[in-house]
Amino acid sequence: MFGKLTLSAIPFNVPIVMGAVAFMVLCVLAVLATVTYLGKWKYLWTEWLTSVDHKKIGIMYMILAFVMLLRGFADAIMMRTQQALSFGSNMGYLPPEHFDQVFSAHGTIMIFFMAMPFIIGLMNCILPLQIGARDVAFPLLNNFSFWLTAAGAVLVNVSLAIGNFSRAGWLAYPPLSELHFSPGVGVDYYIWALQISGIGTTLTGVNFIATILKMRAPGMNMTRMPVFVWASLCASVLIVVAFPILTVTLGLLTMDRYLGMHFFTNSHGGDPMMYVNLIWIWGHPEVYILILPLFGVFSEIVPTFSGKPLFGYTSMVYATMAIAVLSMLVWLHHFFTMGAGPAVNAFYGITTMIIAVPTGVKIFNWIFTMYRGRVRFDTPMLWTLGFLITFTIGGMSGVLLAEPPADFVLHNSLFLIAHFHNVIIGGVVFGVFAGVSYWFPKITGFRLHEGLGKLAFWFWFVGFYVAFMPLYALGLMGATRRMDHYNVAAWHPLFIIAAVGAGIIALGIGTQVLQLVVTFIQREKLRDTTGDPWNGRTLEWSLPSPAPAYNFARIPIVRERDAYWDMKKRGVDLKGSTFVPIHMPRNKATGFIMAGCMFVTGFALIWHIWWLVIAGFAATVATLIRHAFDDDRDYHIGADEVRKSEALYDRVKAGSV
Amino acid sequence: MSNETLVMHNGAAALKPGYADHAADALRDLRQSGDAVDFQVEHHHDVASTIQLGFWIYLMSDCLLFSGLFATYAVLHGHTAGGPSGAQLFDLPNVLTETMFLLFSSFTCGLATLAMNANNRNATVGWLGVTFLLGAGFVTMEVREFAHLVAIGAGPSHSAFLSSFFTLVATHGLHVTCGLIFMVVMMVAVMRKGLTETNRARLNCLSLFWHFLDIIWVGVFSLVYLFGVAH
Amino acid sequence: MNVANETLAGHGPHGTHGSGHSPSQKQYIIGFVLAILLTAVPFALVMGHSDIGTGVLIAAFAVAQIVVHVVYFLHVNRSEEQRWNLTALLYTVLMVGIIMIGSLWIMHHLSSSMTPGAMHHAVWTGQH
Repeated sequence: MFGKLTLSAIPFNVPIVMGAVAFMVLCVLAVLATVTYLGKWKYLWTEWLTSVDHKKIGIMYMILAFVMLLRGFADAIMMRTQQALSFGSNMGYLPPEHFDQVFSAHGTIMIFFMAMPFIIGLMNCILPLQIGARDVAFPLLNNFSFWLTAAGAVLVNVSLAIGNFSRAGWLAYPPLSELHFSPGVGVDYYIWALQISGIGTTLTGVNFIATILKMRAPGMNMTRMPVFVWASLCASVLIVVAFPILTVTLGLLTMDRYLGMHFFTNSHGGDPMMYVNLIWIWGHPEVYILILPLFGVFSEIVPTFSGKPLFGYTSMVYATMAIAVLSMLVWLHHFFTMGAGPAVNAFYGITTMIIAVPTGVKIFNWIFTMYRGRVRFDTPMLWTLGFLITFTIGGMSGVLLAEPPADFVLHNSLFLIAHFHNVIIGGVVFGVFAGVSYWFPKITGFRLHEGLGKLAFWFWFVGFYVAFMPLYALGLMGATRRMDHYNVAAWHPLFIIAAVGAGIIALGIGTQVLQLVVTFIQREKLRDTTGDPWNGRTLEWSLPSPAPAYNFARIPIVRERDAYWDMKKRGVDLKGSTFVPIHMPRNKATGFIMAGCMFVTGFALIWHIWWLVIAGFAATVATLIRHAFDDDRDYHIGADEVRKSEALYDRVKAGSV
Repeated sequence: MSNETLVMHNGAAALKPGYADHAADALRDLRQSGDAVDFQVEHHHDVASTIQLGFWIYLMSDCLLFSGLFATYAVLHGHTAGGPSGAQLFDLPNVLTETMFLLFSSFTCGLATLAMNANNRNATVGWLGVTFLLGAGFVTMEVREFAHLVAIGAGPSHSAFLSSFFTLVATHGLHVTCGLIFMVVMMVAVMRKGLTETNRARLNCLSLFWHFLDIIWVGVFSLVYLFGVAH
Repeated sequence: MNVANETLAGHGPHGTHGSGHSPSQKQYIIGFVLAILLTAVPFALVMGHSDIGTGVLIAAFAVAQIVVHVVYFLHVNRSEEQRWNLTALLYTVLMVGIIMIGSLWIMHHLSSSMTPGAMHHAVWTGQH
């Protein structure tokens, strides 16, 4: 009846896990109780969960990402403390099989359920506003994509309470991840969480490409698009190219595990190295999918806070496009040591070094934009400067690793761990925080508390260096990744310093939580009545904060790059007296229901509950077909309603409300 | 369709298909005439062409998915682990018949599109029906081929070669099956609601999907069956 | 400012509507005949046990047939409204090429460096 699922799947005898589960359950119950107490279930359902408004979907993505940041960081703290303790006779507090789950979950959650939702959330919130559109090309698909991502995230977290998570690392290399060596449900949780959320990500990529190519305001030709839009376009293209490969790779592993096939097994002609090859064809573009949109964010922030147009727009665009092609040509540098020989290693080593060139172009462009500008050091700019320094260091250690001989020494050492955290924290995480603090007023209607934001930045910045610089040294001293125990006395002090660094980062995250609370309390004081708090340059700042459901009562006609700056310069008044009804997509539960059915199907597949697999899958298809016959998809916001809300914004701006 | 570019909406004139680049041209004309325009009240996007582009991009992603499977097959096709090879298993006349089923179905799918463009509802449904039968015939033949291979002990769990063969060909077959379901839904939709704008956009997507699957099949019969037997 | 001034009126010739250039029956027939031919020849070559560079010929006929399908069935052309479809297709072809050629090259090198003398066969068999 319930496949492999029995009560013994819940790890009652492991106090750390049960503590975490109890905490998670308490948090969920607290949220449910609050919503019930406030009587907001209907509001939540009709206005948020079923919403097709890209701004609300974007906010939901970012809430998911922030919660997953806390979860993934909890894993990080556990690893740092374990390694600080577990030296010599002290075995630490995490047994190996638990430690293995912790590092696998940390990597999986941070990449798939923290970084990806953050960047997709930012793109959702901002991209349509920047191109003067009223929504994305396929609003309901957008909602469905979000729920698929959320379903994957829930599956990963369910694994904590029911069964266990993968112990095979964040990429689940075979043969370790094959049934013979990982017979439990851990790898299956990993596979289905990633498959379900991966489909969502692919659909998001399709959606954003169509949005950018088809929904731009009149006059905004390709060379007038903001760089954030360009970067999002290239990232979406990479998503559409790379994520199907992830789907295939995980699919083949699934065939091995579920149907006894032999793609990556040790016997019957299977080749585990083919998995490594395939997963990195996805994996390398993935890191550019993460960083490109944030390059776009920095390209918006630097000109705004320097009061100058971006230096080298054209070279920035070409550099981004070059990365979209070159990033598909470097994947082998993740497995130089596999043994493919000098010709192959040399080719991929050289392409890896070449890809540093367009990235370098970008760094110089940002620096030249600041040069002789009137730079304002608000929080978004602090994160940007922190990024410039940190990312450059991380990039240089990356070029070092691109040398196959050096890589043979440093492969799978903590040097590598230091390198990719250097670019991912210094690039992606700092970039996300820069973007969030920059666009927070536009998204919510009030600014983030500035003082706490700066404090959080300094905790993160200092904490990062204290936590990860020792890892470079440890890597050079021979410490490998994923160790739960070691006996080398010289390593111990460095591991303790790294743990202190993680503690400083924890203070940064705590400050950010506090910043959100204080901002909420002081929201009236921090309210953005102008719609343009930073003296911005792009179209989103021409709108009130937060933007109305229909975004633009009138679609602006674009004549220059930095369209809104141009309008301000020419004294264009976007106000007018004529309003027409605005055509809007209707909120639908289809996305939520389908993703819910797929979640159930995934859970049933993990536990081999075959009847539920069939039922869940059939329900998914039935929902889709039913939706195909649903014609009630759109409505109009009346002209009077638009007039009223626009008038209200005008009064807010004038300070009379 | 120039008369459709101006639509009246509560008395306000508006631009129908909002192609940004075209608008830029128009803007240049306006500038020359000294008439400053900073915004427009209403901005319609051509929904049908957006859907078609979106679907096209999805097809490209599907193409990448198949490229992963093709690459895997290409790498693993020699890994027979002492079991049978393609040359020993493949029945080319059978494959040729399958190919013809798909090719004819591609043609009849094209005829359905032509019927749709000619606003002939019954012919559209009729040609879709023929396409469905041909597609179903293809799937049936493929299932029988698989059943035969499993019966003679050459199932997918026998070797890496057979795993990659079954997975590649079955993934294509599953796509065809999805196409068949899509086709049934569209036949019902056209019969119930006629050739509405929504149905036309979806029929265009269906025909793109169906022709795309034929292209993938060209790759399958060439790389898997013909190469497999020729070597 | 009156309504007419607020709109960009009257640049009709650019108006397109999805099915702007409808495909013709002739196109489908040409495509169909070509596809039949390009299928029949390689099958005949292989089934007739021809030895004249069959591998290259199969590949050539496959590529030719794919082009025929793209042009006559998918109607991809160089017109303005097809610009993004064509760009996406060419980029996809490039990516498919990179993935296929790269994988084959890498895995071929790997098996020849790691298993001297035994290109494909049975290195991992027998461990279980």
